[in-house]
Amino acid sequence: MTQRSLILFGGVALLYLLTGMFFSWNLSLSILNASLIGALMAQGVNMQWGYAGLFNTGVMGFVALGGLGVVLASSAPVPEGWAAGGPRLIGALIIGALIILGAVILYRKMAKVARRGWILTAYLVAGFFLFRAVFDPAVDAIEAFNPSTAGNLGGLGLPILLSWPVGGLIAAAAAWAIGKTALGLRSDYLAIATLGIAEIVIAVMKNEDWLGRGVKMVNLTERPWPVPKEVELQVSPWFLNMTSSLGLDPVGTSTIVVKLAYAMLFIIILGIVIWLAERALNSPWGRMMRAIRDNEVAAAAMGKNIIRRHLQVFVLGSAVIGIAGAMMTTLDGILNPGTYQPLRFTFLIWVMVIVGGSGNNWGAVLGALLIGWLYLIVEALGPNLMTILTSGLSEGPLKDHLIDSGSQMRLLLMGLLLLVVLRFNPRGLLPEK
Amino acid sequence: MINAIVALLNYVIIPGAAYGAQLALGALGVTLIYGILRFSNFAHGDTMAFGTMVTILLTWWFQSLGIHFWILPTALLALPFGIAITALLLLGTDKAVYKFYRVKKSPPVILVIVSMGVMFMMNGIVRIIIGVGDQQFLDGEKFILSARRWKEMTGLAEPLVLRSTTVLTLVVAVAMVAWLFWFLNKTRTGKSMRAFSDNEDLALLSGINPERVVTVTWIIVAALATVAGVLYGLDKSFKPFVYYQLLLPIFAAAIVGGLGNPLGAIAGGFVIAFSEVTVTYAWKKVLTYALPDSLAPDSLVQLLSTDYKFAVSFAILIIVLLFKPTGLFKGQSV
Repeated sequence: MTQRSLILFGGVALLYLLTGMFFSWNLSLSILNASLIGALMAQGVNMQWGYAGLFNTGVMGFVALGGLGVVLASSAPVPEGWAAGGPRLIGALIIGALIILGAVILYRKMAKVARRGWILTAYLVAGFFLFRAVFDPAVDAIEAFNPSTAGNLGGLGLPILLSWPVGGLIAAAAAWAIGKTALGLRSDYLAIATLGIAEIVIAVMKNEDWLGRGVKMVNLTERPWPVPKEVELQVSPWFLNMTSSLGLDPVGTSTIVVKLAYAMLFIIILGIVIWLAERALNSPWGRMMRAIRDNEVAAAAMGKNIIRRHLQVFVLGSAVIGIAGAMMTTLDGILNPGTYQPLRFTFLIWVMVIVGGSGNNWGAVLGALLIGWLYLIVEALGPNLMTILTSGLSEGPLKDHLIDSGSQMRLLLMGLLLLVVLRFNPRGLLPEK
Repeated sequence: MINAIVALLNYVIIPGAAYGAQLALGALGVTLIYGILRFSNFAHGDTMAFGTMVTILLTWWFQSLGIHFWILPTALLALPFGIAITALLLLGTDKAVYKFYRVKKSPPVILVIVSMGVMFMMNGIVRIIIGVGDQQFLDGEKFILSARRWKEMTGLAEPLVLRSTTVLTLVVAVAMVAWLFWFLNKTRTGKSMRAFSDNEDLALLSGINPERVVTVTWIIVAALATVAGVLYGLDKSFKPFVYYQLLLPIFAAAIVGGLGNPLGAIAGGFVIAFSEVTVTYAWKKVLTYALPDSLAPDSLVQLLSTDYKFAVSFAILIIVLLFKPTGLFKGQSV
């Protein structure tokens, strides 16, 4: 940590402290928790873009897959749903995977004749109908069971901390499949392909009710160890004793204690990831990645397998994003695929990485804490700010409209910030060494 | 059997053609920017949203003044002004943002990230000015051929509806594309644009002014984006987020056709539009009419639910990228 980074981190810490002192600690800690999760996502993007120069604009998809991991691992099981169609559904998914595998083998083995395309298409169409014939009845059976509260397969009921690595694994598996098909593409094609794949992930999660109840959402009441529930704190004697002796309001304090506990947990995870990332970046592996990023041809000439290394770092970065997505779903206590928007979960993360300094692990964290604070504070305070700014205006529809649009200011602000940093300080606040 | 054809026309071919024309206009904008400025413009969906928003505001103003355009939507009157304002915005953006990187000859991926910043700002501007809600701005005659008149004319059980916006979309799109191709192939400026796109160094050597080419490109892109956005808005409705999402099928169309190739962008637009419509359409009605009773299906015969329409365009995109990276029509590969 250099002097420059200490000053910058101190400045950002001051922002959070001032928010707590002048507005509320509740708001400050909410923003901090969201930003810490953002920092982990930014770390994942930094691995892909900063280390290896891979332009992934499908961050949102991996975040959502991480959230799905929480639902699949930790929500309450629905045995009736399983009994209705579980095995058949698993069978259908295996059949689907085998069909795709078969197509790949067919493509590789067949001679390059004009007929190949037609045979492959016919094979895939037949495979699609076979898959749907097995899959659809299973889905109907599962979704028919008690659709107002269940209608899904449910989870495994594992402790929620275990679901975070599960979220990371699901994201990593998806990243492997995506990387296998799309990583050979040029940078901006890769960006467009990942952008679309993220959209598809969200569409699947919205639509496939058997998986995570889609837009009907799964509520998760469990908390990770050691985070207690607010209502439990409010009735526990030691907590009431403590608040009364300090003269605090037990209800307000309980929410703050819970948020602090989450913040500690997130800081520990973020710390572990950064420690590992720093070790990796300063090892022969890290130097190799940077060499590949800066000159692919030279690295290939040195015998480095570019495609494999790209796939490796893509999967690693996506796993980190998936863990962050799982943490976010745990914090929210709900998985709602309707709330995943690319501006918030893909492009904002990119602003964090670019502003913080791509290629520098601490830069990504700094950028996330700063941008996360800005984004959320404008959302929270934008309308108030607009009320002050428009106080000279007479009452009327124009004033109401401007106050309503106050929270939209943040998009404008983020764009402006990104452009200014790219123009005048393209290496970010904490540049790569 | 006639009923089957009518149903096919009504639910698949006519909507698909209108949507395809809108996508094609959008994809033409993307492809022109790629050909001349050499980057994928992520802000294109929001450029469309901005142009449409300006046109909507002008339309409302005209309506409040009592100006109407016979039986056609008032928005057509406002369209030229919308294009002019959007062109000014794009030229301003170019001067303030893109020019710096163009002069520096930054790698395309930096320009893509820059266009992300522009996307944020345009998105913010649109949301601040007009809000995030749905806006309807269609007026004038809604139908050229309504379901009831069709029934009176033919007596068929299956209705055929011809909405004025569909016809308008096709007419305007054809006129726009015809003008664009005439411009690119016959005028001096258009030829210099093509030369610049094909080989920048040779074009510069032969005395083509690059700044002029870029300026003309932005103006044409503004026109294409605004027209595409307004036609889409008239046909469906205007909502900033939906316009942002249009970016995906538009990119797919441009890449499927071959980035940098205008003819490919048009073909790509229709390929994407028709695939989306046919894969997500419930074929039950058509098949019930077309097949003998014994074979009539009892399920909906929908290959994928409508939520997966993006998945369709991207499946096509991925297939084309993997097997024919320069697109169906030969595009550029920088």
